[in-house]
Amino acid sequence: MEQKPVALKALDALSVILLGITVYLALVFAPTEAVMGDVQRVFYIHVATAWVGMLGFIAAIIPAVVYLRTQNLKWDRVEVAAIEISVVFFFLAIVLGSIWARPAWNTWWKWEPRLTTAAITELLYIAYFMLRQGIDDPDRRARFGAVYTLVAAVSVPITFMSIRWIDRTLHPVVIGGSNPGAEGGFAMTADMRIAFFFALFSFTVIFVDLFWNRIRLGELQEKVEQLKLKVTM
Amino acid sequence: MTVKITEKNRVETVQLSKVGGRNYSNFLRAVGAVVWKDLQAEFRSRELFTAMLVFSLLIILIFNFALDLDIQTRRSVTAGVLWSTFTFAGTIGLNRSMAIEKDRGCLDGLLLAPVDRSAIYFGKVLSNLAFMLIVEVIVLPIYSILYNTNLLQPGLLGVILLGSIGYVAVGTLLSTMSVQTRTRDILLPILLFPVVIPVVIAAVQASNGILTGAEASEIRPWINLLVAYNVIFLAVAFMLFDYVVEE
Repeated sequence: MEQKPVALKALDALSVILLGITVYLALVFAPTEAVMGDVQRVFYIHVATAWVGMLGFIAAIIPAVVYLRTQNLKWDRVEVAAIEISVVFFFLAIVLGSIWARPAWNTWWKWEPRLTTAAITELLYIAYFMLRQGIDDPDRRARFGAVYTLVAAVSVPITFMSIRWIDRTLHPVVIGGSNPGAEGGFAMTADMRIAFFFALFSFTVIFVDLFWNRIRLGELQEKVEQLKLKVTM
Repeated sequence: MTVKITEKNRVETVQLSKVGGRNYSNFLRAVGAVVWKDLQAEFRSRELFTAMLVFSLLIILIFNFALDLDIQTRRSVTAGVLWSTFTFAGTIGLNRSMAIEKDRGCLDGLLLAPVDRSAIYFGKVLSNLAFMLIVEVIVLPIYSILYNTNLLQPGLLGVILLGSIGYVAVGTLLSTMSVQTRTRDILLPILLFPVVIPVVIAAVQASNGILTGAEASEIRPWINLLVAYNVIFLAVAFMLFDYVVEE
């Protein structure tokens, strides 16, 4: 059995500590927002999870390109790792956003550019995993996965842009007014800003930690597969 | 400034353009052959066309009862109904057109042919586009008669052409992947719909603008978006197609 690298263990510990501090900063340290009250505190974690979701999505583009060029399955594992983390964090971001939107906007959901794009991205990821599940040959699975990752990466910005255009033509004032979290609708105090940026920072570290662990898991899975083959042969 | 053309230079240029021209016409001939093969096969069997057309009419029928298309509602939802119909009927056509290639081993035959792989892609795009356009051209007058609105307007036809190109450009690439999987009957719409949402948005907005007589300045951004989408995805699919047919 291969030992976990010391650096990775240290990163695991650091992630847990950082998560604890973030929770403290968000729930206790940051002042209560005047208009929305305590529910605004979800904002720190919400933005951080959405940030990680986007980070994974962008991070997946590079291994997809490299895989298509080199045909080395190592890069396929990196790509899957990035997308798997992204799909979980985007889901968390959507759920946390809804929890905040219910009291703030008086509705769980709104067909607003950011929300809609997040939902479509989540559906793209699910489609990605369904595509992979339907293919047995590992090389073909990796190739199709990389192709779909790139197609998705090109389409998501266009989707975001086109949904924004509809909103602009229909109700131009609403975007800035009803979207305080994303558009900076409430002024952050210094303490809020500390909590906000610390959350972003710690979630980035958590992302790197999960990413590393997931890639390692992928490699171990591969090894198990090969050992199984050896035993049966 | 004048450029002196020496005899040697001129000969080289002529030869170069000849070689370029021959490659180009070879490519076009290969594309044409793929399109011709598809159209001829379809002309003999008429499976795909009939299925797409009947399916489209059934979708309109369902919308008729689901939305209760009276005169008031119709004005605002016609574009939406049309594009939902084309989107759904399109997946049937794309799936079938690629599945035929795969099942009868035609795809392997095509890949063995000494032509550029992208010629196969563009050939399939054109024949899929042809099927879609034929169905659309029949659905539009039927819808016009059923709901007493004139849909045969040049602007609307242009939007439908642009939207169909974008839809088929992505659809051909993704259907080539989906037919090679175990879950191929259900996978294509799941892969395709989240990617073609910009086409649906832009096409519905532009069609709506044309049908309600909006100003050209309101419609133009959507047309631009459609053109941009088509160019981007034709280029992306052109670059990636090699990887989805590689064995």
